[in-house]
Order: sequence, then structure tokens, then C-alpha cells
Amino acid sequence: MSHLVVNSTVNGEPAEFLCEPHETLLHALRDTLLLTGTKEGCSNGNCGACSVLLDGVLVNSCLVLAAEVEGRQVTTIEGLTPREGLHPLQQQFLENAALQCGICTPGFIVASKALLDRNPHPTEAEVRHFLAGNLCRCTGYDKIVRAVLAAAA
Amino acid sequence: MSDQTAFKVIGTRPVRHDGVDKVTGRALYGADVRMNGQIYGAMLRSPHAHARILSIDTSFAEALPGVKSVVTGADLPAMADKIADTGEGAVNLRHLSSNILAGSTALYWGHAIAAVAATTQTIADQAAALIRVEYEVLPPILDLAAAMAPDAAALHADVVTNELGEKGKAPSNVAEHFRHEKGDVAAGFAAAEVVIEREYKTGTVHQGYIEPHSATVQWNADGQLIVYCSTQGSFGVRSEISEILGLPISHIKVIPTEIGGGFGGKLNVYLEPVAALLSRKAGGRAVKITMSRIDVLAATGPTSASIIKVKYGATRDGRLTAAQVWMAYEAGAFPGSPVGAGSGVILAPYDIPNVVIDGYDVLCNKPKSNAYRAPGGTNAAYAAESALDELARALNMGPIEIRLKNAAKEGTRRADGPVFPRIGFVETLEAVMRHPHYTSALERSSGPLRRGRGIASGFWFNFGGTSSASATVNPDGTVSLTEGSTDIGGSRTSIAMQFAESLGIPVDQVKPQVVDTDSVGYNDATGGSRTTFATGWVVYEIGQKIRTELIARAAKMLETEPGQVSFENGVFSNGAMKNIPYAQVTADLDKTGGPIVVSHSMRTRGEGTAFATHIVDVEVDIETGKVDILRYTATQDVGHAIHPSYVEGQIQGGVAQGIGWALNEEYIYDKNGKLLNAGFLDYRMPTTLDLPMIDAVLVEVPNPKHPYGVRGVGEVPIVPPAGAIANAIFDATGVRMMELPMSPARNLAALEAAAIAAAV
Repeated sequence: MSHLVVNSTVNGEPAEFLCEPHETLLHALRDTLLLTGTKEGCSNGNCGACSVLLDGVLVNSCLVLAAEVEGRQVTTIEGLTPREGLHPLQQQFLENAALQCGICTPGFIVASKALLDRNPHPTEAEVRHFLAGNLCRCTGYDKIVRAVLAAAA
Repeated sequence: MSDQTAFKVIGTRPVRHDGVDKVTGRALYGADVRMNGQIYGAMLRSPHAHARILSIDTSFAEALPGVKSVVTGADLPAMADKIADTGEGAVNLRHLSSNILAGSTALYWGHAIAAVAATTQTIADQAAALIRVEYEVLPPILDLAAAMAPDAAALHADVVTNELGEKGKAPSNVAEHFRHEKGDVAAGFAAAEVVIEREYKTGTVHQGYIEPHSATVQWNADGQLIVYCSTQGSFGVRSEISEILGLPISHIKVIPTEIGGGFGGKLNVYLEPVAALLSRKAGGRAVKITMSRIDVLAATGPTSASIIKVKYGATRDGRLTAAQVWMAYEAGAFPGSPVGAGSGVILAPYDIPNVVIDGYDVLCNKPKSNAYRAPGGTNAAYAAESALDELARALNMGPIEIRLKNAAKEGTRRADGPVFPRIGFVETLEAVMRHPHYTSALERSSGPLRRGRGIASGFWFNFGGTSSASATVNPDGTVSLTEGSTDIGGSRTSIAMQFAESLGIPVDQVKPQVVDTDSVGYNDATGGSRTTFATGWVVYEIGQKIRTELIARAAKMLETEPGQVSFENGVFSNGAMKNIPYAQVTADLDKTGGPIVVSHSMRTRGEGTAFATHIVDVEVDIETGKVDILRYTATQDVGHAIHPSYVEGQIQGGVAQGIGWALNEEYIYDKNGKLLNAGFLDYRMPTTLDLPMIDAVLVEVPNPKHPYGVRGVGEVPIVPPAGAIANAIFDATGVRMMELPMSPARNLAALEAAAIAAAV
């Protein structure tokens, strides 16, 4: 099968990679660029485990074709982590015990960053509204919502 | 047990040891495994709920360039019946084998028929679609009534009813009928002044873990199998592969990855033996198979749909005199629903002198049911607690009042046999009565949005089981703690905290790691709410042994007898005269006798049962049938909370799953048995918008059998929610919901039927 060459910026660094025409950004990130922090939970846009930022906008990477990121900026959980220490959201997720199994956690943190980037001081209702596209089966969301509110404080 | 007030580590809330890996995306889960030279597997699944497999032609798939191997059920060794206990219920290994690759018959939509391995996932998927299967489609049996009908066709020619311990003669879809009896139920009902008798139905639901199953397996030329997988129990995977493939367990090394949720659904194998066979046929290249979400919903998990009839008798003063229960659970395509556990849960909170419970394990053309958090408990408690609410109303009693009047206590015998040791059920009821949620009035309205409040209680057995661990004291004073218990929600830390407390060091000096089956002693699976209880107990013993040894080493350095040395606050001391810091003792281990490595293994007992009482406020939109959860408070006897945040998290998560089960989640099949909602859009689990904050109230009645008073906490919180919400919906609307889920359409139909009935 013929491959496409894609030139993009992933986590601030130039990323040139090959992909099949039907391949999703999720698979290119995980299988080609080996950025496995972005998780696959459903591959049809219903769980949010694969959340990444595309030119700063929150997307489900399973619903974006890899070829679509030509010339664009992608930020994953790996790129959100600072060189030293942790992002305030990461720190608050830990301190608030906002994860159990942890499979949804990268997606929640990326989605929460997208929220705080546009609304630095959300209410509980705004947090719940914005994060409704991310499923967690372990926590009942209580401690996740508290962690996001704490990171925004 | 020790004086609780003296604890330094237990009861604190440290950040988990694996936390940084999990918030940075570095933690490796099942699908994140990558072995050199690995190829990719794909499964072909049955498009029919019930069909005889006449022929399978794999030649087109094998001819596709890039395809390395193809396997079908014919590649699996023939198996005899053998029952294995997974800790959350028993499984017949012959049936397990037929479940992972069908034999002569496809028994549910999505049943695995064949598998392919190829150099890319795309080729593997294409090749699977090229496998030609000739089916003779058979009529599917899709519910309990059809399966139990006297003239029903039997799914399996070799399953006969185990009728109260006697094997039946003819094939039947009723795999088992059992009975628990206590007292004289006829006399109990004769003494009753009020009798309530009701029948409830519940739908099929899935555990809904976000991580799909994934396995990567390499069959080496020397016959050694390397298995990476996401599992609740690596040793169970090892023994199941061993039995299914006929390999000695010494040939199998299972390396558990991080696990993205399980809730009982990742106890048994689905992919691992298939990937092993594909690897062998592909010349030993590692084969990775990861399920799609459709595969997960169609062919793993779910827990049983059920019909449950409950009859209570009571005197006017509210004392229960008798109870009779009839409960039938769908096992799916192979025997083994959790009806046995459900029968133990259903009346457990109450001291009822006369009881009969009849349970039925029933086959149908749906996926083989598997354990789901307090297996069988949620639907059982929904029925029993709904009927009890009706009884209380008929007696003009409050929901707490009737439960307190009949509450099980230490010494009460359950209908299924055991006598309760010290339990904290009454304490959970009292905690509700003290809570502002209970003492504050609910604002009501007569408009379209009706509010109501409901209460329900629940029980779960908990499990102890076998755990092993090993600890090495490092020269810098840290301790490497090697465990075999899958960490599904923070157990590395809850275990390390007990170890740190026992030894007397800070918890951040403990380095817990979960290792493979060749690197630690046997561990039962993480299930049955056992891990913090049992593995925590094992490391308590290790901590005590290391403490004793370190005191002996310090005594040498202090030139005194061990009996003269104490260890407090990081200092070994020989009275007031001489002392020596902990770090100096560990740095000098080589000089005082060599490294300290301690292993311990035990089959734990005395797990202590769990009780919970929940209170919920709902708002029902009577124009749409939609139910909103306004406020939720869960009280639970948690024994002694090691890490209170993680205990709260277990309660909040269990409640959320219970709310999903109560209000939205159910498998929807068409008349041919095709699953219509195999995705998260239509199999609708709760989101952030569907839930309020969930107030978890930790009632601590320490378990006297455990060194730190631990009781399992993970499962019982899913037991009360459906009953509590059903009772709240009745309180809001006057309509009693007799079927789960209480989805908008079903609620609206019930509200309209009630309105018509009232108008007539």
C-alpha cells in the first residue's frame, strides 16, 4: 500500500512520518511516533482517551486522519509535561487522587488543559460540561473535577 | 490489633508511587507493548447469535501477502471438563476454551471463529475478512423465559441441570438449580400480617473498562511462552493458558502490564491462547492482538440479565417473619452466571428467621457472563431493597427504621450458611441518620420536575485468598517491595503503606513494583476486594520480620543484645546511652551479616464482610422520563481505611457504575441476537454531566482478624445504587420501576401507564 509523507510539528519538534491514507492520527502517534501516552479506548470518538490538541484545539485523535496534520501542530500528554517537574494539572491529579487505573488520565489532563487555556477559572458546572466527552469508569469523576478546580485556583 | 492513634503512615494520603508515570503517559498498558519483530492479529467473529459451523475456508486469507498464520478452533487441543476457581467464581476450562475460539457451534453474536496474524494490522484485518465460513443458522435463545421454557431447544447437548445436587438426564438450558433454606418459610408467612410479593427484571450490562483487552505473545523455539497482557491476575492467566494449550506452567511467563480497568472482566483469558497459537504457527514471531470496543462489548464481560421474585412477610410492628426469593440469571453461552453470589447478597443485611432462596443459572445466546464488581449483587439488591421499601411504606415505617429493626449483627446466620462475625451494618444506618443529607428536607415541586429521596443497603462477602511478596533492604535505606498483585487503582501504595507502618519507615522509602510470574510467589487475582487486605497482610508480616532482623543488626553494631534495642522514629536505640540511625544500619548490612531479603506467602482468612447504606435525591422529569441525580451519599463500613482518598475513590467509582446500571446501561439485541449498541455512544455510561459530587462517608469498624483492621472496600459500593434510585423515583412520582435500567423511555411508559390506570 502506498504511504503518504506528512510533515507536522509534534510537541514542539518537527515530525516527518509516513502513514497509510486511511490511518488515524491516533495510530500514527502511537505506532509510528511511539507516543503511547495517547490511549485508544473506542476509536469512534466516544471516550476521549485519545484527546490531543491540534493547533491548540481539543480533538479526538481517533477521528483525525494522520494525513490531515500536514503543516499543523499536535500536542500530546508527552508534550504537556514540562522539562522539569509536572504541569499543575498533573500535580493536582496526583494530590487529589484523581486517577485509579489511569488509562483515561492522559486524555483528561489534555482536555482539562484545553479548558483552562480558554477559561482559567471555570465553575464546577463548566468543568463538568467541558469534560463530558471524556469517560472514566473508575472514579465517578468526583476527584477529577476537584483536581481540575484545584489546578485552576 | 495495634492502637490506631499511634499510626504514622496508615490513614494518611500520600501520592501514589506509580502516579508520575500515569499522569505523564509513560505507564505502559496492554496495547503499549511492542516486541521486536512483532506482527498483528485480528479475529473473525460470528455474525450470527446461534449457528452451526459447517466449514471454514482459510485459503484466501493465507494467500494474502503479509499473512503469517491463521488459526481456528480446530487448533485448540480437545479438553475435558475441569473447574478452575478465579477468585470471583468458577470457570469450566473446556467451556473457556470453546469461548475463545468456537468449536462446532457459534453461540453468540461476536463469538470468535478464527484468527489471523500478519505483518500489519491493516493486512490482518483484511485477511480476517477473507476467511469464508459456511454457517447453518439456528434459532437464537435470547432471554430467560425462552431459555427456561419446557420445550426450549438446549444450547449444549452435554449440559444437564444440576438440580439441587442431582444431575438431570436430558440436556437443558438450566445448568443449575440450587436452594438455600433457613427455618420454616411456610410458618413464617403464616405468622406474617403484611406480605409483599413482587417480580423484577434487569438487563445485561458490561463492566465498561476503558482499556480494551490486549495481549502480546511470543512462542519461542524452546517451547517457552512470553505473555504480555493487561490482566487482573497474571497467575490465573498462566494457569488458564497452561490448561487450554496443554503446556506446563513452567513454560509460561506472564508479564502483566498496567491495567486500564477490569472490574472482574479481566480475570479470564480471551486473546492470550489465540495469540500463542498464531505465534507458534508464524515461526515464533511475537503476535499482538488488541480488541476493538465492539469486540469488547460483543464478546467479553458482560454481567447477567436477571428475573428476580421477592416475597417478604412481616408483623405489623415491622419485624420480618419470612422471605422467599426466586432468582434466574443469564449465564450467556456457557454455564456460570453469578447467581450464586447474588443469592448470598440478596437478603444478607437482614436477620430473617425463615427463608427460602431458589437460584437458577441459565444458558442463552449471549456472551459468556463474567464477574462484574460484586458479581450478581446489584440486581439482587435492587429487587430486595425495592420490595423492602414497599413493605416499609405498607407498614408506615421509615426506610432506616425498618432496616434497623431487622438488621443483621454479629451472630446472625445468613440463609446461605455462614454466621456473621463483627460487622458494621447498623453503623452504616446510623451514619446515614446523622448525615446532613438525611436530616435536611428535600425541596419538592408539583410541576414537571418531581423530586424524591431513596435509601438502600447492600452487602458483599469480600475474599481473602493467597498472596506472596518479597522485600529487599537497599543500602540507602529504601526497600524494594516485589508484588504479584495487579495494581488496578492504587494498591501499590495501599500495600506499601502497610509495609512502611509495619517496618517503621516513611512510605516514600518503599519502592513497590508489580512483577511477572517468574519473579514472585503465587498471587490470586486482584478481585474480590482482596488485594489491600491480603497482600497488605503479607507485607505486614514481611515488615515485622525485617524489623526484627534490623534490630538484631543494630544490636551487633551497638554491641548489645537485640532485646535491649528499640526502633523508633528512624533511630535504633540502646536505652538513653547509645543510638544509631536507620540509614547507618542499612548502609552497613554487609558488615553485619549480609543483605536482608525477606519473602512471605500466606493463604489469608478472616476477610470480613462489607456493608453499605446509600441515600440519593433524584429529580424525575415526568414529561421526558429522564432522571437526574441531585445528591448522593454513600456510607460504608470500610474496616480501617489505609489510604482514605483511595477508599473514597472506590466508593465513588462503585456508585457511578451503579448509577449507570440503574439509569441507562443495557445491551440491546435485535430479534436475531445481534447486539445493536456495541459502542459507547449507545451503550451509555455516566459522564461528568450525569453525576454530582458523591459524598463517601467512611464508617470504620476495624476487622478484628486483620493486623491493621482492613476490610475489602471495592465491591460493595455498587450494590445499593439501583435499589436506592428506584426507591427515590417512587418517592418522586409514586411509580414503582420494576425493570432496570430505569431509562427515560421506560420511565415515561411507566408514568403514562400509571396515569391511565389512575384515570380509569
